[in-house]
Amino acid sequence: MREVYISADNIITPLGFTTDENAASMLAGETGIRIVKEENMSPLPFYASLIDPKLLLGRFSIFDDPAKYTRFDKMAICSIKDAVSSTELNLTDSRTLFILSTTKGNIDLLETDSSDKRLYLWNTARMLQQYFNFSNEPLVVSDACISGVQAIITGVRLIKAGLYDNCIINGTDIISEFVLSGFNSFKSISTGPCRPFDRTRDGLSLGEGSGTIILTSDPSACGNVKIVAGDGFSTNDANHISGPSRTGEGLYIAISKLLKNTPVKVDFISAHGTATLYNDEMESIAMTRAGLQEVPVNSFKGYWGHTLGAAGVIESVMSIYSIRNSILFNTAGFSESGVTNPLNIVNASVSKDIGNCMKIASGFGGCNAAILFHRK
Amino acid sequence: MKRACTIASYCSIRGNKVILDDKLLYKGPEDHFSDFASGVYKHFSVSYPKFHKMDNLGKLGFLAAEILLKGRDIINKYPADKTGIMLMNSSSSLDTDRNHQRTISNSNDYFPSPAVFVYTLPNVVIGEICIRHKFYGEGNFFIMEKFNPSFMVNYISQLFDNDIVDCCITGWVEIDGDNFESVLFLIEKSSRTETGIANFEPATIESIYNRK
Repeated sequence: MREVYISADNIITPLGFTTDENAASMLAGETGIRIVKEENMSPLPFYASLIDPKLLLGRFSIFDDPAKYTRFDKMAICSIKDAVSSTELNLTDSRTLFILSTTKGNIDLLETDSSDKRLYLWNTARMLQQYFNFSNEPLVVSDACISGVQAIITGVRLIKAGLYDNCIINGTDIISEFVLSGFNSFKSISTGPCRPFDRTRDGLSLGEGSGTIILTSDPSACGNVKIVAGDGFSTNDANHISGPSRTGEGLYIAISKLLKNTPVKVDFISAHGTATLYNDEMESIAMTRAGLQEVPVNSFKGYWGHTLGAAGVIESVMSIYSIRNSILFNTAGFSESGVTNPLNIVNASVSKDIGNCMKIASGFGGCNAAILFHRK
Repeated sequence: MKRACTIASYCSIRGNKVILDDKLLYKGPEDHFSDFASGVYKHFSVSYPKFHKMDNLGKLGFLAAEILLKGRDIINKYPADKTGIMLMNSSSSLDTDRNHQRTISNSNDYFPSPAVFVYTLPNVVIGEICIRHKFYGEGNFFIMEKFNPSFMVNYISQLFDNDIVDCCITGWVEIDGDNFESVLFLIEKSSRTETGIANFEPATIESIYNRK
């Protein structure tokens, strides 16, 4: 069976335009979540992690005309461009597939024209594919908040099945009035920066960002510390379309399938950790049922909020960074446990040798996913 | 290891017609999808109150799955965590996205609702079918311009090859403006006693998809 390796990656959040910039900001204790007063998005101020439009424009203008592209496009292009430039793989041949992970794509365009072609996610993916001269019709994964993890699982499967040798996976979502009004109607936005797993948590912070992972079957194009993207699984709670399962059933099944398939001692778990009451409680139940309550677990949401369809990619990139650089990142916003099944929440960034990481995610529609990354 | 799988059944809902394995089961006179969907619901004597809360994409996928699985006893035939759903379409949840946008476009008439917003994600139809039929396994929603039988067969086959599913609903569920089309296939691992209606191959899938 062929293995799948990580060749290059990138993340773009308010904390930086590269993976290294993000890590440096995180270790300096920064967060991208701040109070936002934008009346065209919400009549009342709210906390979110938004990318500075001027900064994005400046970065993009260095290599192309920003007027030709939407905000979503610019973020995705910047992220893919940085990742592609740091791999020696030839990504324009027919053995390479581009996969876009997003929940809403260019949804802000709906405000002005409900039939704009750029609202179609396949069209956005095709524009990105053509921009970078990738071959093949691109694939779009849209599975709510597990999209990013699911896109990586899909890429791993397609490479293992021998259908492709390389996959470029980009996850991007933007925050506009559309998404903000919806989460507000669910009353799931926190009153301050989100506090994953904390006793006082009261909701999520939305965030926008873009992340890219380049998967390959060729280990020679993956640097000295080789990281394998292992098998992953998705499941459904078969319980409720918007409320997390009270027994953590779907997530528990996903984790169990993964551990049955790859029996390892898990070194670190990157949780979904949105900081809503029900999500974090559900995750604590599922991890405890799976016997993982002693394993160090963090949530990255306190650094850049919930980046929706980008979250699984961005957080996987930072999990891979954790393995490569032997660092466990603090759970920003956490101080005292507020879940009924206590977990080993990482509450300070520390140096630690990590051989593998399990990334988990859950989302609307009752979907759950788990994947394992490990050092070769 | 390759594990053979077969097309056990298919159901299409389009052009105001419901077809199950080449048999026309219902033809409706309705002008709009929501009325047609209610007609199908009544004709097949479905009794599921949650149906009425679903958006159009949810109703379309739900009804096709309902007709496809009727009398098949999937719940007792396979382990629940090895039953999966993989769906595809072109316009994601744009039909409901437009509805949500209407609730927020006027600050004097601002009424966003969680009951609408939750359906602004295409995979929620997968959740609806999973809840109804107790499918706990793989769920994937892919967006592509047109129905792609080769991708479908490649993707589903590796799920069977790797023993991830024993049974899978897969197909196309699309609604955009007045146009709707759902063609769902029930794929099961091959057994000696049941052969299904056809081999699970791109050419077969394409030919069924084109039988309008």
